[in-house]
Amino acid sequence: MTAAAPVTRASSFPGERPVTLDVVREHNLTASEFDRIVAMLGRTPTLTELGVFSALWSEHCSYKHSKPVLKRFPTTGPQVVQGPGENAGVLRLPNGWAVAFKIESHNHPSAVEPYQGAATGVGGILRDVFTMGARPVAVLNSLRFGPLSEPRNRYLFAGVVRGVGDYGNCIGVPTLGGEVGFAEGYSGNPLVNAMCVGILRESDLATARAHGVGNVLLNVGAKTGRDGIHGASFASEELSEKSEARRPQVQVGDPFTEKLLLEASLELITSKLIVAIQDMGAAGLTSSSAEMAARGGVGVEIDTGLVPTREAGMTPYEILLSESQERMLVVAEPHQVAAIQAVCRKWELDATPIGHVTDDGLFRVKHHGLTVAEIPGQPLVDDCPVYTPNAREGAAAIARRKARPRRAARVDADEALEALLDTPSIASKRWVYEQYDSTVQASTVLGPGGDAGVLRVATEPFALAVSVDCNNRLVGLDPYEGGKATVAEAARNVACTGAEPLGITDCLNFGNPEKPEVFFQFREACRGISDACVAFGTPVTGGNVSFYNESPTGAVDPTPTVGMVGLLRRAEDRVPSHFRAVGDRIVIVGSSEGAMGGSAYWAELCDFIGGAAPRVDLEHETRLQQFLVAAAAARLLRSAHDCSEGGLAVALAEAAIGGPYADRGFGAVADLRTYAPALSAIEALYGEDQGRVVLSVAPAALPGLRAMLTRHGLQGYLAGEVRAPGGELEIVLPEGVHRWPVDRLRAVYDDAIPRRMRGISTDRPEA
Amino acid sequence: MLRVAVVRFPGSNCDWDTYHAVAGAGADARFVWHRDTDLQQAEVVILPGGFSYGDYLRSGAIARFSPVMQAVQKHAAAGGAVLGICNGFQILCEAQLLPGALVRNDRLTFVSRPVWVRVERTDTFCTSAYTRGTEMRIPVAHGDGCYVADDDTLRLLEAEGRVVLRYTRGENPNGSVADIAGVCNPAGTVVGFMPHPERYADPVTGSDVGAGFFRSIAAWLPGGTARSTT
Repeated sequence: MTAAAPVTRASSFPGERPVTLDVVREHNLTASEFDRIVAMLGRTPTLTELGVFSALWSEHCSYKHSKPVLKRFPTTGPQVVQGPGENAGVLRLPNGWAVAFKIESHNHPSAVEPYQGAATGVGGILRDVFTMGARPVAVLNSLRFGPLSEPRNRYLFAGVVRGVGDYGNCIGVPTLGGEVGFAEGYSGNPLVNAMCVGILRESDLATARAHGVGNVLLNVGAKTGRDGIHGASFASEELSEKSEARRPQVQVGDPFTEKLLLEASLELITSKLIVAIQDMGAAGLTSSSAEMAARGGVGVEIDTGLVPTREAGMTPYEILLSESQERMLVVAEPHQVAAIQAVCRKWELDATPIGHVTDDGLFRVKHHGLTVAEIPGQPLVDDCPVYTPNAREGAAAIARRKARPRRAARVDADEALEALLDTPSIASKRWVYEQYDSTVQASTVLGPGGDAGVLRVATEPFALAVSVDCNNRLVGLDPYEGGKATVAEAARNVACTGAEPLGITDCLNFGNPEKPEVFFQFREACRGISDACVAFGTPVTGGNVSFYNESPTGAVDPTPTVGMVGLLRRAEDRVPSHFRAVGDRIVIVGSSEGAMGGSAYWAELCDFIGGAAPRVDLEHETRLQQFLVAAAAARLLRSAHDCSEGGLAVALAEAAIGGPYADRGFGAVADLRTYAPALSAIEALYGEDQGRVVLSVAPAALPGLRAMLTRHGLQGYLAGEVRAPGGELEIVLPEGVHRWPVDRLRAVYDDAIPRRMRGISTDRPEA
Repeated sequence: MLRVAVVRFPGSNCDWDTYHAVAGAGADARFVWHRDTDLQQAEVVILPGGFSYGDYLRSGAIARFSPVMQAVQKHAAAGGAVLGICNGFQILCEAQLLPGALVRNDRLTFVSRPVWVRVERTDTFCTSAYTRGTEMRIPVAHGDGCYVADDDTLRLLEAEGRVVLRYTRGENPNGSVADIAGVCNPAGTVVGFMPHPERYADPVTGSDVGAGFFRSIAAWLPGGTARSTT
């Protein structure tokens, strides 16, 4: 390595190890990345500086393997107030309101410490939203675990659910929905993605852009401890037997302090006392200060000796890289400091000046006056090398698409419905969401258990619909079509409630991007997401990339989770997912070719994941969404339910079983003899063709519905009607009639998860 | 207009919901901060749900020592009306304004869902809008909602008709003794219960069956019986 004259000066902190190549490797930096650092500084970095680089140049903070792909996402539109690059994306709503939302992963911490890992995942995403000046109004989550037949997976599942619940419940933000899936590929590496949605007046929008030379940096909130040091780097490596030793690095959450921080932050923002604010999330003080400075094109100087710490003797290295929770970095004009401290005192929080904004563009860290780091600020944040790894689809993946199941299903066509409803990925998630407060804030219009959550906004007539989705099986089979399908399903779920899809946030969970087959999955899934978002007019407003989701047993299924927000113009027009009245007509929109590729039927009952993934017709999906929104506004629909995993039979069964608190399910008859006459019974019942919904409609509304369908260029198939509670679900096919008692289906559907989780403690893994 | 103070502790999270439900029923709602000792001449004080001070010791155990609770004690001792909802009920028990205690749910997990409850007593300031025996479904959302009391206390509560709300058969979400969802003091002026009627006070949230509690309060005549609502 060749070093020019030093551009900056910094001294080693007393007692610090010298920086050797071994130390560089320990910091997850490559030799060439280190060379770039030396060239940038004109000298060897101090250990403190190396720590700063390792955090900001980690995959988690730098997006070094994903940037070129993410750049292709559509991010603009008339509704976009804030696109990617801030703590959360923001979309415009009527009457001066806006919605801030984001999704983020906390996979690795949850794999080693499920309760705290999940809890702090919720805490982090809440802070991302309220630093924008938005009051959090809903939390959602997307979870993936290995099969519940394994004790460790049950332990992780129970701990994560409890962690998510305890944090959101305490802070008083309703958990309005989510999804949970179980598959072998997640056994060593569960996924925990948390999404938060917040509401703000557009005029109160806050930013994380430092400016104003001489302005003060304040550390607000909890004291800094030694927890979570190197969390960002931990998130950027594969899980291994050694990961268990990382357990002490998992942060510990304190939702009570977070609640105080939320109230104090919103008061500081709406009273215009501050210039900028950012959460100290991944890489803590380092990333918050460096990123705020870089966004504002200014320098910052911090004295870590001024940061309130939980324990004595913390080094600047530890203070900079701690991921202690419930902390904010605030930039303010000097004359406002006293007023800010008064607001914080009211909420029982400390606000401590720890530095100031400078005009030299440097990221400078002192510790009691000794300069321990001095790095050019913009290059520190922006000049991390960007990689475009090789992308190549694996031969096995190609072969899988052409394969067929080698064995027949273990049950017949009738038993298959019960078996699918008993599958934890499809079954009722009541066991999960009854541990989450879903009605606090008294704004829940449609709670968990339907296609999407719906919440009202203040006293406005409109409401928001929110959903998270990912069909990981389809993405694994065909990343491009799977990416499209994921956005389409999220949009369909939102549209089923009557809301118009507005925009998305995404959480892209993949394996090691340095493996060509993984990078292929990533690139193609993102291309699918982009194409769907362009077609639907739903821009990507931000999100999170989580690579290195690998355990010794291999990479997780590619899981690009999409969080969708939609606008329901009149809250009272909301359409539930379940049948509601005897005699209502059942209408299916969307056709079927009996797509079995990637279906739950093949996966769960034939132990086969393969075949050609169904193609997503984006033009049809767009018309379907527009139809659903228009039909809801015209009050033509009694219920609307997306047809996805498990096909038409599962969709009809779910609509008949009813909502979680219905007294009893409805009977229903659906005659499919002319719907898809050429299909086998299995294909007709369990095929997973995209772009389909099951509607129920009052008989008097049928003519209006037909006209509405025609106007949108769609065909509806009048399949049957809703029958009295306590009856059967009857599906008539060319080869015969299939009947299931709805009470029995409901019992199976409701008990699938509880019966597997009976007696599970969240305190420790079962022996 | 009847004045209602809604107390805000650090960690209260149903403060606004309660405020809106009170105001929506036509009463004059005011917030009172936990450090304040001035209840602003309110006729009714409500302790809303949430996790006061984080509930890290026992739910409600720290809140009872706050300055505002001294004022609430005085208000109650003078015959003033006090309602505790969820965490507010826990605080009233900790403060010994109500008998018994609320401990961890029998299933050990937090429980959030609508449950059926029956109104057992309608001559209190907050239940007068209902007829006795009315059954309705209201959300609960709590981890520590299992009501317990010693046998003598239970006998007394039943004998004096001080069970205000009871979970209907099979609906008890937390293992509470005798399906008790809410109780009152001997005079019926201090009431606490676990369900959240403020979350079902507007039809857009799926139901407004809980609005009657707040209509009762708004129509209440301090020192007398319910004001005529006609």
